[in-house]
Amino acid sequence: MVSDIFINALFIPATADAVSSSSLWQYFANGVSLGSLYALIAIGYTMVYGILRLINFAHGDIFMMAAYFAFFGIAVFHLPWPISFILVIVATALLGITLERVAYRPLRDAPKNSILISAIGASFFLENLATYLFSGKPKAFPEIAFFADTVVIGGVSIQIVTFFIPVVTLIFLAVLLYIVNKTKVGMAMRAVSRDYETAMVMGVDINRVITFTFAIGSALAAVGAIMWGTRYPQVQPMMGVMPGLKCFIAAVVGGIGNIPGAVLGGFILGFGEIMLIALLPSLTGYRDAFAFILLILILLFRPTGILGEKIAEKV
Amino acid sequence: MLKVENLTVSYGGIEALKGITIEVPEGSIVTLIGANGAGKSTTLRSIMGLVKVKSGKITYQGEDITGLKTSEIVARGITLVPEGRRVFPNLTVYENLLIGAYLRNNKEQIKKDLAWVYELFPRLKERSWQLAGTLSGGEQQMLAVGRALMSRPKILMMDEPSLGLAPLIVKSIFSIIQQIYNNGVTILLIEQNANAALHIADWGYVLETGKIVLSGTGKELLENEEVKAAYLGKKRQASAI
Repeated sequence: MVSDIFINALFIPATADAVSSSSLWQYFANGVSLGSLYALIAIGYTMVYGILRLINFAHGDIFMMAAYFAFFGIAVFHLPWPISFILVIVATALLGITLERVAYRPLRDAPKNSILISAIGASFFLENLATYLFSGKPKAFPEIAFFADTVVIGGVSIQIVTFFIPVVTLIFLAVLLYIVNKTKVGMAMRAVSRDYETAMVMGVDINRVITFTFAIGSALAAVGAIMWGTRYPQVQPMMGVMPGLKCFIAAVVGGIGNIPGAVLGGFILGFGEIMLIALLPSLTGYRDAFAFILLILILLFRPTGILGEKIAEKV
Repeated sequence: MLKVENLTVSYGGIEALKGITIEVPEGSIVTLIGANGAGKSTTLRSIMGLVKVKSGKITYQGEDITGLKTSEIVARGITLVPEGRRVFPNLTVYENLLIGAYLRNNKEQIKKDLAWVYELFPRLKERSWQLAGTLSGGEQQMLAVGRALMSRPKILMMDEPSLGLAPLIVKSIFSIIQQIYNNGVTILLIEQNANAALHIADWGYVLETGKIVLSGTGKELLENEEVKAAYLGKKRQASAI
């Protein structure tokens, strides 16, 4: 298969007859970094689900838009990368907020299916908007020397960004857990996630809490998109679909609604995918299937996910 | 202090409230009694801004608060202990109390009120680091009341605080209501336990299918034959035997 050859060229060292220890080490580094990327995006799914009980199917497309924003910031407007990163994060957060305002808020009291359909519609809309505005032709994500430089460790050369991604992910996770567990707005988020109406009676403005949730989730997707772009430097309108689905799976595997769970699920998925390629190169073409099989198994045997809470229904 | 005039509310074409008028004077305990579905909870929920009012007016200290956002109503000093307690099970006892003070910023004052709530309910202090979901029903009710007090309400509305609780705990809940009242908080109480409610109430309203059918002082209603028959179960009991 063509895609097999393509992927093999990308991921499998030329002498892939036996997995040597040095290439195993490379796989390990790749697995951790892909896992971290999945984790960053999966957090957005899990947070929105926690508050709205909605799978935000447009999240992957928010991620895609963020990659375009970064492309424009660096390659078109030639802004220095730190500045464009900040702008990308802000713009993506605003996009997420707008999405909620336009597509979800008007349906807040509608049946759950309506809002789910609206999410799918928003996803298609963003994909087609990007195709219309930026054309369907893939664009090259600008190379940022700082990330793209390689270092040679244990006989393999590895991009700096590979190490950077897990560190950034863990920092953001720590900040996020602090916000959710130790601050007033975090407390309000946890309260709203359990009981809208009672949270309102406490004086919590749920619209603000929901806006905040979308802003954070989208900002993390933006961070993910920037790092994704440096790692897999191609930007195109459908680039959010597969990562989006996989990160949704990661969130479910970890236990949807649970933030550390999303990170764990992301790592399992990313790491598992790369290790599958490393240990069973003949199955490389099935790497996407791996994610979906994992989803099916989880739904069959542990539907609440690994760290998921027992479902105590609202009375 | 709080006035509800000609309030009508409908849910999908069915009128839950058909023009009710009630008044809660400052420094009083007022109770609403009535059967299931009479519209008691709907009345409280419309005062809180949780349901859309179809017509009528709600005024608080002379100000029209009909249609305000719930958070704006809470900020004015009205709060609700919801039916079925509705504590946040995933928050600790301490956090549940803290979120009751969500709109307040004076840390010193919040600390003082926390101490007061712990004094009213020593059990909550013992369990302050436990998740609220692990508390017993009675403890959760205490937490729900404590949480409401943390907003420093001028009017505390309670929806069926004794529902599903053991008689001994019901008794202590009612004695707490009295203590809160003695602290200068005006109380609007809904109860299925009409007997207990009317005993502590200054004024009571009887609600029947969305209409006020009777009102009077707690004592008057306790002695009213119709109330006795319908809500205190005395006559019915006698005839059943």
